[in-house]
Amino acid sequence: MLTLRNVDIYYGRVHAVRRVSLHVAAGEIVALIGANGAGKTTLLSAISGLLRVSGGDIDFDGRPVTTEKPERIVRLGLSHVPERRLVFGPLSVEDNLRLGAYSCFKRRQVAADLEEIYAMFPVLRERRGQQAAALSGGEQQMLAIGRALMARPRCLLLDEPGMGLAPQVCKEIFRHIGTLRREKGLTVLLVEQNAKSALGIADRGYVLETGRVLLSGSAEELLANRDVRRAYLGREKDA
Amino acid sequence: MRECFEPQFEAINRRDLAQLQLERLQATLNRVAKNVPLYRNRFAAHDINPETFSDLADVRRLPFTTKADLREAYPYGLFAVPLRDVVRLHASSGTSGKPVVAGYTRNDIRTWSRLVARILVAAGANRDDVVQIALGYGFFTGGIGFHYGAETVGAAVIPASSGGTRRQVAIMQDYRTSVFVATPSYALHLAETLCAMDVNVNALSLRYGLFGAETWTEAMRAAIEDRLKLTATDNYGLSEIMGPGVAGECLEQAGMHVNEDHFLIEIVDPATGTPLPDGEEGELVVTTLTKEAFPMIRLRTGDITHIIPEPCPCGRTMRRIGRIVGRCDDMLIIRGVNVFPSRVESLLLEVEGVTPNYRIVLTRQGALDEALVEVEPTENLLFDRVAEHQALQEKLERRLASDLGVGMTVRLVEPGSLARTAGKTIRVEDRRDLAAPESDTVCRP
Repeated sequence: MLTLRNVDIYYGRVHAVRRVSLHVAAGEIVALIGANGAGKTTLLSAISGLLRVSGGDIDFDGRPVTTEKPERIVRLGLSHVPERRLVFGPLSVEDNLRLGAYSCFKRRQVAADLEEIYAMFPVLRERRGQQAAALSGGEQQMLAIGRALMARPRCLLLDEPGMGLAPQVCKEIFRHIGTLRREKGLTVLLVEQNAKSALGIADRGYVLETGRVLLSGSAEELLANRDVRRAYLGREKDA
Repeated sequence: MRECFEPQFEAINRRDLAQLQLERLQATLNRVAKNVPLYRNRFAAHDINPETFSDLADVRRLPFTTKADLREAYPYGLFAVPLRDVVRLHASSGTSGKPVVAGYTRNDIRTWSRLVARILVAAGANRDDVVQIALGYGFFTGGIGFHYGAETVGAAVIPASSGGTRRQVAIMQDYRTSVFVATPSYALHLAETLCAMDVNVNALSLRYGLFGAETWTEAMRAAIEDRLKLTATDNYGLSEIMGPGVAGECLEQAGMHVNEDHFLIEIVDPATGTPLPDGEEGELVVTTLTKEAFPMIRLRTGDITHIIPEPCPCGRTMRRIGRIVGRCDDMLIIRGVNVFPSRVESLLLEVEGVTPNYRIVLTRQGALDEALVEVEPTENLLFDRVAEHQALQEKLERRLASDLGVGMTVRLVEPGSLARTAGKTIRVEDRRDLAAPESDTVCRP
């Protein structure tokens, strides 16, 4: 569904992403793991069109989107949930959600989608009138995901959904991601520093190091890889 | 489509396969450039930046890895992970006496098991089978490789190992073996033993046989199938790459499907190293795409074959290679064991009392290879001293058997009796007629 070939991205003169090739098949959850500064967020921003690549190709659904504008990419069915959630703090929860559907003009559909999101995240219904800034971290993350879903994507890019959240809350968010795939057939590309929770729900993963793909494989294989264990899963337990 | 162990990979569409291969090649190059000094230095020496590899065809810009590189790296020089991540070591025989040591991580073992499972399923095996593995266990990858693969399929595995033919026959009868894994020459030897023991082959439960590890022919296949009453398939692997599981025939029996999602293959001209188009015969060159512990970049296998690009009726999209028709170098395969004449020579010379004048004569006694080494002793060994004579001969035989892993008969010949030429001396006389089974060995119940 999503294919990257030889993608290079520069920040000024810094070569942030080096010839990265990866793919996400329809219905898959794929995790991109790596330390801070490995280029994970940069890569997601390039896929959603927020950043220009300096080389390589990005195909979505068999169509090149390398030079498409972000709003066009959203309409094609690819939504991005940014790092640190970036909800609109002063706006109400419901307005935040409605903003996610800005590319849709059918009122009735927006209302139905809103209902669906509230059904999935009941806490958002409870707080529909509150300012987004007043929500807890976990609730803001749900709001950010809900907002992305309002655009009716087929593929979701998730950037560090567990960042700064309590382990219990983090677990719940990941559970929701699994449900979205199962129930809506959503395809997910997930960036995460917490490799363990990411690989816990992912089918496959890629390990990024200083902008390069060093390793790829099934989630199970990556969890068994000692390099991954040492670098991203905390203290190595000798098997 | 025929039964596949991993249809999602074995029947993947070629475009998705190309993407997967590219991703894996790039990651492998990044890893070896980071972790293996030989590759890092070689890339630097050839002014190669692995980050500029954007196409599978770019692999042709990389230098070859040769068996000499592997020997120099003995034992762990080419490992891409620290030894503590390695869970298994295998070794293959080499020309210089130093074997090539192959390491496997836990993931490598798992991948290997799955790939051998693919080969077994393609060759007809399934979880209801009783699989008798009559290949050597130990350093040799054959026995253990098939063992793990067959367990992964879910079959009942008999780790019979090689040798003890009468016992193998008894096991085959009593345990109702349905899948037999061996070298083709051993399969023929077993067929003879069955005949000698007056066993009714039709009363056995054999269905399928997987044969590899040495060069064989369609005529041998026909003989094995006829005499063991099973469907025989060819398979290919080498321990430098992984062991068995690199390629194997499906029941179409028309070439071995290469597990291309794990191995990138090329055929090159053995003399010049120039890549050859599909279908042309040349040396097989393999790059591993997923190996963690012991990755190989463009290893020259020394095996001569060709790529069969046409799709296979079985539904697998993995391209096939034809039978291995020979070796580029002078390596001899005697009863499935690699033997280099140069190694025989150096062993002979380590023993006092012989000259470097020798000749290896290979024959077939029935289905088994027989190797005879004729060697000239030094002048001071008198031919009338029979005991001394006998002692030297036995000493040489013991030496050869223990170091080569295969027995050879030694015959001391009159000094000066072996032909000498000014140029290249013919050291090996291969009287095995590999093209056709000998008619006098055919035996029907």
